[in-house]
Amino acid sequence: MSVKISVSINGKKYTSEVEPRQLLVYHLREALGLTGSHVGCDTSSCGACTVLVDGQAVKSCTTLAAQVDGCNVITVEGLAKNGSLHPIQEGFKEEHGLQCGFCTPGMIMAAADLLQNNPDPSETEIRHALEGNFCRCTGYHNIVRSIQWAANKLKETNAAVL
Amino acid sequence: MTYIGQSVKRVEDKRFTTGKGKYTDDIKLVGMTHAHIVRSPYAHAIIKSIDIDTALAHPGVVAIFTGKDIAAAGINGVPAGWQVNFKDGTTMKEPPHPLLVADRVKHVGDGIAVIIAEDLATARDAADLIEIDYEVLPAVTNPAEAVKAGAPQVHDNAPNNICFDWELGNPKAEVDAAIAASHHVTRLDLVNQRMAPNAIEPRSAIGHYDDSKDKFTLYTTSQNPHLTRLLMCAFVLGIPEHKVQVIAPDVGGGFGSKIFHYIEEALVIWASKQIGRPIKWTSTRSEAFLTDAHGRDHVTTAEMGFDKEGKVTALRVSTFANLGAYISTFAPAVPTYLHGTLLQGLYTTPKIHVDVTAVFTHTNAVDAYRGAGRPEATYLLERLMDTAALEMGMDPAELRFKNFIPAFDGVTQPGYQTQVALQYDSGNYEPVLERGLEMVGYENFRKEQAEARKNGKLLGIGFSTYIEACGIAPSAVVGALGARAGLYESAQVRVQPTGKVSVFTGSHSHGQGHETTFAQVVADRLGIAMEDIDIVHGDSDSVAFGMGTYGSRSLAVGGSAIVKSIDKVLEKGAKIAAHKLEAAEEDLEYAGGRWTVKGTDKSIGFGDIALTAYVPHDYPAGLEPGLDFSSFYDPANFTYPFGCHIAIVEVDADTGKVTLKRFIAVDDVGNVINPMIVDGQIHGGLAQGIGQAMLEGVAYDAEGQLMTGSFMDYAMPRADDLPSFEIDRKVTPCPHNPLGVKGAGEAGCIGSTPAVVNAVMDALTPFGIIKNLEMPMTPQRVWRAMHQK
Repeated sequence: MSVKISVSINGKKYTSEVEPRQLLVYHLREALGLTGSHVGCDTSSCGACTVLVDGQAVKSCTTLAAQVDGCNVITVEGLAKNGSLHPIQEGFKEEHGLQCGFCTPGMIMAAADLLQNNPDPSETEIRHALEGNFCRCTGYHNIVRSIQWAANKLKETNAAVL
Repeated sequence: MTYIGQSVKRVEDKRFTTGKGKYTDDIKLVGMTHAHIVRSPYAHAIIKSIDIDTALAHPGVVAIFTGKDIAAAGINGVPAGWQVNFKDGTTMKEPPHPLLVADRVKHVGDGIAVIIAEDLATARDAADLIEIDYEVLPAVTNPAEAVKAGAPQVHDNAPNNICFDWELGNPKAEVDAAIAASHHVTRLDLVNQRMAPNAIEPRSAIGHYDDSKDKFTLYTTSQNPHLTRLLMCAFVLGIPEHKVQVIAPDVGGGFGSKIFHYIEEALVIWASKQIGRPIKWTSTRSEAFLTDAHGRDHVTTAEMGFDKEGKVTALRVSTFANLGAYISTFAPAVPTYLHGTLLQGLYTTPKIHVDVTAVFTHTNAVDAYRGAGRPEATYLLERLMDTAALEMGMDPAELRFKNFIPAFDGVTQPGYQTQVALQYDSGNYEPVLERGLEMVGYENFRKEQAEARKNGKLLGIGFSTYIEACGIAPSAVVGALGARAGLYESAQVRVQPTGKVSVFTGSHSHGQGHETTFAQVVADRLGIAMEDIDIVHGDSDSVAFGMGTYGSRSLAVGGSAIVKSIDKVLEKGAKIAAHKLEAAEEDLEYAGGRWTVKGTDKSIGFGDIALTAYVPHDYPAGLEPGLDFSSFYDPANFTYPFGCHIAIVEVDADTGKVTLKRFIAVDDVGNVINPMIVDGQIHGGLAQGIGQAMLEGVAYDAEGQLMTGSFMDYAMPRADDLPSFEIDRKVTPCPHNPLGVKGAGEAGCIGSTPAVVNAVMDALTPFGIIKNLEMPMTPQRVWRAMHQK
């Protein structure tokens, strides 16, 4: 048995047949080859799989592929435009907000969600917004600074997050 | 342009920020199958029978192998990489660690069968169809309990569950006498709890056998692919090493847990030949908690003697170290040569004795975890120092200044010979504490603390002045201490005909930023642009050999090997340049990527020399063409970074909740190539060390069930658990490697833990001197400590 879904992913329309139990993250990784969304746990705790569904950060490891039928999904692969890094990606590079890079896609997507709702977050607000994303490398110190860097860049350029 | 010392942005980051990193689980091979491992739900049980027939008939299942198949194939268990002998000289007990268990399981998570199917969901479905009949036996999990008479036995050939006992330092009788004669003795009974490394990328391995070439390829999440290949080929599977390519592509963090050779790597390689198709196995997080080698787990009694002035007179330490059910790759070295040897700390302690009993229990294996042994040594030393200061009514900073080893540079002054085998290379300890006190504003803090106490607010400050040993070496010494491998590093510098440079390093980067830092070193030494350099690592077919990345060794050992090869490139380049410039070699100088005849404007660039080396028409007689050199670097000694960490906490008087208000770290890791990356390493280490003090801890129940088997039960540090860190550094160069670097990967994790616990003890002084603070310091534990009778 399978379910037919039609989803916009990073601006491209995909129509697929999926098993009803197929999780979104495996659909992205296995069927579509979008391996930027990572699986770091099995309890929806680590956030390495975070993507935006209709503009909102969700954990794709606890979302069924069938649930996003008709939705607009953005993954980390969908942020850079015309070969230029997105300001959040740039912020992570500028402020050394990543080391091994495994949590980074989820962190960046969580940051995108935050900055859409709060363009000028305080350090406390950033730390609170990252509660659902684990990083074992950076101690979060430079992730906070990366997101502050991105917020400033977006403000300076008067750009929307998405 | 000079790159060394600059915070050059990382070369790696474009692929990682855009989702283009290539981790093992991202790799898909044609015809690939998926493996699921059936694991024991019991800590100790006899497998009476296994029925795989229904599972094997499940649609989509390709094959199932059990422990009996592994035994029938004559496959050896996973070996230990280090041997420590008993005090009486007999060899340690080394029971086999089979790839899959056929008879008696020894911890929850022990592998019993591997199911290989067309897809992962099918493999997992089939696992429910395997029927296993167990006879459950009693288990033991605590190392101090496991050695007692009547405790359940993990292995038949290790009486009282003892793997080995070991001692180091001055004769025990001398230390006993010095302790007995001391003016004051501080004694602590400490538990350094078991930790789960939790790299965010779970382990993964893909095995692929190509029968047309009779060649195996293993993709694996490894910190040291060459060592994995050696162990797997020579000791486990008995397959020819030159027929096996091991690739560790992008690896999502290691922290020690990906050093070791694991059963799953050998399983996918062996089974891929049996079924003639590639096999991928990727750990779930639950499996990671059950099977990634844990860290720490020491039960220790430590006593420190002092004279009237507060000078340390002696240190006596007795430790039970939990090895788990099996000996993991480096496990025997961790509580011994990486722990006992660090008990001099930064102090002039004249008499030291350490006794270690390494114990088997019905738990997952324990091995090196960020810091490996050194955090355990630092924890007991620094807890003793702050506790002794309180007991003696002295200031904890003053007590340290009184006991510091005087400065020595290791060049004009000799290294410092400790009582516990090591000789420190260079050190200057007072400035890190002075700077720490300045950053924290110590005098003001004490006033603020006194004021806060009047208002019922519990503020505390805790200190830790630590030393560690990185870049474990030299090979001859570690060999004498039981290592079954050398601990050097290799590097090849291949100058291409166009003057572009490929560097092949045996180090492995899984977050450390080698592709950037190593390129900075090469660019500066050769006087060329970083963009013209490519750093290659993690592939046994392109890199000649490597010992990998752990023990903060990459730059000190791997970087030094690169420097050696660069020296050879420049030496040969000078010969070619002398020929082209019609000058004597000794009249040339090399700077900014050009050889110049001193005092003239005659010069030739690196690119021209490279091209000449590969198009040797006009060329020195007798000189080989090409510009490509390999080196092996075996260091003369460990390196010894050190530093001062200070924590300020507030304890909620009603609930016992600890809030970390500030954390100050002043580290001296020798010369620094990329300050941004070194700061990042310190930050990450701090978070892990603070995590141990405040949040984390693996717990087994009395039956050996893992109570902390997921992120829902094991408290990882989150962004809002931590403050921004205040860090600075001092620089005391390493005197014995060409870069003067010491290593920065573990410092944060080694120094920070006792600082936080000491700060809580200091905050709680209105309740008396509370010595039995147990980690992690949950509100419940702290509240109980405050209200104990």
